Amino acid sequence: MALLEVADVSKRFGELRALAGVDLRVEAGQIHGLIGPNGSGKSTLMKCIAGALMPDTGVIRFADRDLTRIAPSERARAGLSIKFQITSVLPALSVYDNVLLALQSRDSLVSLLRSTTRRARHESVIAALERFPLRGRVDHLAGTLSHGEQQWLEIAMALATDPTLLLLDEPTAGMSLEERRLTGELLAPIKARCAVLIVEHDLDFIRDVSDVLTVLDQGSVLDTGSVEAIQASPKVQEVYLTRV
Amino acid sequence: MILVLELVLLAVGLGLPLVLDHFWIVLATRIVLVCLPALSFDLLWGYSGIMSFGQALFYGTAAYSAALLARDLGFTSIFVVVPACTVIGLVLALIMAWFLLLGRYPPSTIFVALGTLTGAYAADRLARGWYYLGGQNGIPSIPPLTAGSFTIAEGPVYYYLALVVLVVVYALCRALVRSQFGLVLAGIRQQEERISFLGYRVQHFKAIVFTLAGGICGLSGALAAFHDGFVWPNMLGVLLSTQIVLYVLFGGVGTLVGAVIGVAGIEYVSFLLADNFQTFWPILLGLLLLFVVLFRPSGLVGLVVTERERFGRFGRAPVRPEAGGSHGAA
Repeated sequence: MALLEVADVSKRFGELRALAGVDLRVEAGQIHGLIGPNGSGKSTLMKCIAGALMPDTGVIRFADRDLTRIAPSERARAGLSIKFQITSVLPALSVYDNVLLALQSRDSLVSLLRSTTRRARHESVIAALERFPLRGRVDHLAGTLSHGEQQWLEIAMALATDPTLLLLDEPTAGMSLEERRLTGELLAPIKARCAVLIVEHDLDFIRDVSDVLTVLDQGSVLDTGSVEAIQASPKVQEVYLTRV
Repeated sequence: MILVLELVLLAVGLGLPLVLDHFWIVLATRIVLVCLPALSFDLLWGYSGIMSFGQALFYGTAAYSAALLARDLGFTSIFVVVPACTVIGLVLALIMAWFLLLGRYPPSTIFVALGTLTGAYAADRLARGWYYLGGQNGIPSIPPLTAGSFTIAEGPVYYYLALVVLVVVYALCRALVRSQFGLVLAGIRQQEERISFLGYRVQHFKAIVFTLAGGICGLSGALAAFHDGFVWPNMLGVLLSTQIVLYVLFGGVGTLVGAVIGVAGIEYVSFLLADNFQTFWPILLGLLLLFVVLFRPSGLVGLVVTERERFGRFGRAPVRPEAGGSHGAA
């Protein structure tokens, strides 16, 4: 049984068919890359999995539970966590508070009202920030961070909820080459904690971090397999040579 | 700076009866009591992103309930009527929250604003048309509030009672918005959708704050009914609801202290304008409010309080600055 099973998922926006019967399986302990040309439906699929969009048809099962129609908060509680394509950190809160907010998301209402977990959470907040190069920025407002740092902060927040599956939508978008390299190094150890489904345009980056690749084209799965198999796939080469 | 403002206001509030005559003390008591619904609106809009045009509904319903308890059942004890009316405000707000906030899909700001506005308007029309509630004239001659054998009449005693209630409610609201719960509210205010993707049931948080805000209005409404000695439909209508919104926008949204400054500021300016410009004072007041809302969206408090201080820190464990880190104390 795969950790995440997407079966025959379709999504239309008016006349535009964004997803057309997509099937996808993500196994536990795996970094699964999702690639494809612009407009192939990668981000739409991520949003359908996270609950930001409801698919028109199809089923999304996660950890043997049907998530197709449930709210994003319940998906998060089931163990899904997402970093969106457009960074959505909380700009007027400090870096510290952004991570604290993610860490305390399973705390009871009473403990939130009484702030009983704040001391216990402190070490975890610092540990989460040390995992990424944000330790020196704890008291800065998240909105004042560089784009790359905001991306890291959002990944740190997504990981802080202790997910079973982490969805990363273009985690290196807008980053410098050095930041991309560092992000790759930071992501590698994550698969020991959770599975990762990652959308990325940087093919070198995704080739380096992924165990399995799925290629989307025009809303459908073109091919799926190991990195080597996808690199050798004539169908994939054709799409990337002719349309990218 | 917020703490300085709070302490100054508290000192002024405590000292006022020592320098004011009876007329002004009665007026000051009314102002203190209206600060409570303004605080409740700041909790809603300033901290939770809920636009309510219906705070007067809870305030007025509690006021009418207090009047009926006194008139028909003879209850005037502060230990009975005030808790009962607070609960009435809480329950009514919970019912509203159930319909407006806890539906299958997250409601839009406009939906909630129109829903609360409709509630206040309907209650106003009901009160005006219902003979049992006194129709347009409301319910006059409410007996004074009592505490055992002691009568709490308008004047310094009632003023200090209202002030103590305001300080206690203010302190509770302050603790709420600065707690880890308040951090969630700050997140909801900025990026509601992002917060739900972290696993927070955003609408539940909103419903809790909406209900608490209704309770604050209920508490205030009961005290206002006994203080004024009568209730009338304007206490639960759209006009007062809109005034409450303006108080907070004028004083400064999302600071709590701005709500108090807004009420005191508008009421005092209104009084001065009405005294000097008998015909045109509402127009002048409207222009002043428009000017503040357009050119100082953070309200009067925004003149002296930074954005960073407005958002504050939440549930932070005290930490000393270290090499490589610059995080401050809570």
